[in-house]
Amino acid sequence: MAQMTMIQAITDALRIELERDENVLVFGEDVGKNGGVFRATDGLQKQFGEHRVFDTPLAESAIGGLAIGLALQGFRPVPEIQFFGFLFEVMDSIAGQMSRMRYRTGNTEQAPITIRSPFGGGVQTPEMHADSLEGLMAQTPGVKVVIPSTPYDAKGLLISAIRDNDPVIFLEHMKLYRSFRQEVPEGEYTIELGKADVKREGKDVTIIAYGAMVHSSLKAAEELEKQNISAEVIDLRTVSPLDVETIINSVKKTNRAVVVQEAQRQAGVAANVVAEIQERAILHLEAPVLRVTAPDTVYPFAAVENEWLPDAKDIVAKVLEVIHF
Amino acid sequence: MKHVLNEIESKFEMFQILNEKGEIVNEEHVPDLSDEQLRELMRRMVYTRVLDQRSIALNRQGRLGFYAPTAGQEASQIASHFALEKEDFILPGYRDIPQLIWHGLPLYKAFLYSRGHYHGNQMDGVQALHPQIIIGAQYIQAVGVAMGMKLRGKKSVAVTYTGDGGTSQGDFYEGLNFAGVYNVPAIFFVQNNFFAISVPREMQSKAKTLAQKAVAAGIEGFQVDGMDPLAVYAITKHARERAINGEGPSLIETITYRYGPHTMAGDDPTRYRTEDLDNEWEKRDPLIRFRIYLKNKGLWTDEEEEAVIEQAKEDIREAIKQADNTPKQKVSELIEFMFEELPPTLQEQLEEYKRKESN
Repeated sequence: MAQMTMIQAITDALRIELERDENVLVFGEDVGKNGGVFRATDGLQKQFGEHRVFDTPLAESAIGGLAIGLALQGFRPVPEIQFFGFLFEVMDSIAGQMSRMRYRTGNTEQAPITIRSPFGGGVQTPEMHADSLEGLMAQTPGVKVVIPSTPYDAKGLLISAIRDNDPVIFLEHMKLYRSFRQEVPEGEYTIELGKADVKREGKDVTIIAYGAMVHSSLKAAEELEKQNISAEVIDLRTVSPLDVETIINSVKKTNRAVVVQEAQRQAGVAANVVAEIQERAILHLEAPVLRVTAPDTVYPFAAVENEWLPDAKDIVAKVLEVIHF
Repeated sequence: MKHVLNEIESKFEMFQILNEKGEIVNEEHVPDLSDEQLRELMRRMVYTRVLDQRSIALNRQGRLGFYAPTAGQEASQIASHFALEKEDFILPGYRDIPQLIWHGLPLYKAFLYSRGHYHGNQMDGVQALHPQIIIGAQYIQAVGVAMGMKLRGKKSVAVTYTGDGGTSQGDFYEGLNFAGVYNVPAIFFVQNNFFAISVPREMQSKAKTLAQKAVAAGIEGFQVDGMDPLAVYAITKHARERAINGEGPSLIETITYRYGPHTMAGDDPTRYRTEDLDNEWEKRDPLIRFRIYLKNKGLWTDEEEEAVIEQAKEDIREAIKQADNTPKQKVSELIEFMFEELPPTLQEQLEEYKRKESN
């Protein structure tokens, strides 16, 4: 076991998969010599050579296209999109092309591609670098959308994503890259995609979150504990497809739920979670399911970012609303 | 200050071997094709012309769906493909069904593609992808295929096709640029038929040629008479050899024309083209000039042409029957194709559709 930050756990996962399967290729802007702008690929080009880990010209659409072509030749591409705010440049390659590969070819070809990308906010980046666009991806049939919240999960989920034979969008919250360390086993292990994790058990209310908001939710749960409210915190880990079973089992136990996302409110992952709960467990509910989200504005400039993002206080307030409904 | 634009543009000249009268005008570059190969190339062009005529008729009868006519572009399509090998990988646009067929896709599958049936997209080992709909997306994917071939040490090339309109897309430039940077074995075709649906070639670019767009990417560009099968074949062969030898990718602009509408979905070319222009291009027809050339060499007869036409018609009749007999596709099958393993939420939807389908 070693103490690792999330970025170290990600590098470790990439190293393990590059070593294990010669079809794994890692590429993107600055991922080679520079090791990535966040250093996620640090040292990998040196270890595995320029044919396995390489820089690309600065063009996200072509990075996606390159991955698709390589997949057609039996490779397992792991491209990096430098910031997920650049999603729009690579949108056709994802939503128009790789997500449809299995379907379009009548299940004769596949796109075992894992797109890694830093996302989320709270780190005072320039415009278009921070955003939570996972909702757009979750609305895209044919891709899985994975969002780890801890170093341990990041490593196990990334290894699973790379081994998965369908496209996976693997979103790494920038604020979590170096915010804390955790015991991470050496060597390989996998965490099943599409499975949520109960990060804290409780009996009065279920808080459902993912990414950095898992930590805000855990902090809120501690605050609530002081008020004798026992909150269960579920980390979705995969936002598409949803682990409906874990959510519903918890809600049936607690009878109350608050869904938290860093993204804007409209048509997001949280809305989907709320819909699943009301379709499957409405008679178990003692209160409406509420959401904690950012407002429906474009992602704000850095100077107002912290006020815009939801935090533990917002979560506590919503939980109290459903408790005292 | 030195201005180089005019100088560079003037260096791009249309490569031609066989003129519209069927005369060799470029003896030095006449490709080394056997008599049988020459006849086979003619047979394929005639066959493809018949396929186009029949596809249009079948579409009008409601027996085919989406169809983009090919007549006029036979030299660009068939002669370029004639220079490829089975192991080369084709990433076609939606007008490039003939190349898929001559690469091995059974005719009935081409018809199923037209009807929107997934069986038409299953290549069954034919080294090709189904036709691309998003203009230019095939260019960036071709780089990936070519890079994959290079990494695997294969002696094959990735070949992709777009039109003059496609050269305006970002993916077109990104594809050429990536191909140059990685020096991959790829051939990029621009079939310049002068109209992207209705928008004329000069509205796509101020550049004098589309071939010159290769220069900015640092790769070779060729402009070729796309109505001349010998020239298209020779250039493609050359580009393929360069690619296999590690000399890098090529962009090939074929100067051609589509006689028909953009697609059979309601396009009316009389809104944007004159009859005079159509007539002018039909004089340059690849079949006419190649027929004259082969007849002069004693390699082609009207009887032979008639036999190819009859064979094509018969094959098409059979292929339509086979397409008609293909089981209907089900929504449940398509749900199953979304992922290798269905997640529980999709599994629920699958069961719902299976119930609906069994009623």
